[in-house]
Amino acid sequence: MTQHWWHVAIAWGLAALGFGIMAWLAARRHAAAKRRLALLGPRERRLG
Amino acid sequence: MSTPAPSSPRPLASTAPRGGGLHRFANPGRFLRLTDRLLPWLWGLAAVVLGAGTAWALLFSPPDWQQGETVRIMYVHVPMAWLAMGGYAGLAVASLMSLVWRHPLADIAARELSPAGAMVTALCLATGSLWGRPMWGTWWAWDARMTSVLVLFFLWVGHAALVRAFDEEERGARAGAILALIGAVNLPVIKWSVDWFNTLHQTASVTRIGAPGMHTGMLYPLLVCTIGFTLLFAALVLAQVRAAVMERRLRQGQLAQARRQEGAA
Repeated sequence: MTQHWWHVAIAWGLAALGFGIMAWLAARRHAAAKRRLALLGPRERRLG
Repeated sequence: MSTPAPSSPRPLASTAPRGGGLHRFANPGRFLRLTDRLLPWLWGLAAVVLGAGTAWALLFSPPDWQQGETVRIMYVHVPMAWLAMGGYAGLAVASLMSLVWRHPLADIAARELSPAGAMVTALCLATGSLWGRPMWGTWWAWDARMTSVLVLFFLWVGHAALVRAFDEEERGARAGAILALIGAVNLPVIKWSVDWFNTLHQTASVTRIGAPGMHTGMLYPLLVCTIGFTLLFAALVLAQVRAAVMERRLRQGQLAQARRQEGAA
């Protein structure tokens, strides 16, 4: 692989890594909030 | 010594100002229902468009006669640059809505936008640097375009830190909104820095009035990649806003539960 292709691969890899980490964090945060909301009573869920 | 009571977040539904339009989405139930339907489509569309754009950019678009294969960095760098600036314009609009109309969802949107904005700006700087080394012979130059984008990155990071620095969420949102509006001055500086100053960075080639200075074999995959990354960015921010609304709902529910238990005791 030439040096040019290395730079291309790193650039695209960084973008994939950045968006991947952000998407994973968002999914984890969403799942945690959903699980904790489910533990509340139906009345409190409505009030929130 | 008594400890101060934790501040309860501004309720989304009860303090929503009167009026239609965007204020309808201040109702958390409505917002959660809408995003529940919208987000799977947005993720799916982003995956399809970005998948096509990536294949086009990496496999089917031609190498540049001068830059060779390095031109393929442009398909990430340019969308990141546009997202960094467009996202910041969105942050400024959300901040204005927060300050003028006190729209509670605008506060949350601004708060959740800044980490994603900081990430795309960091990607813009990093990919630009990766392109600059083989093309210019340097990773970095303190020219007006690169320096103003670095300032934009610090503004994003500063906003993300500032809104989280206060115990009282509303004060943090207000301080962040003021910073975001002042920082918006940097957007025209970034845009026209290449015209106002003698820079190493080239002038605009895609958004040039008249004809874009780029072959359609490169322009079309660039546009597809830009749409794909924009959809992905929108899905990401919307998912974070949705999670934040759920967390706020959870805190309010827990407060209501505690009050009810206190009343019963």
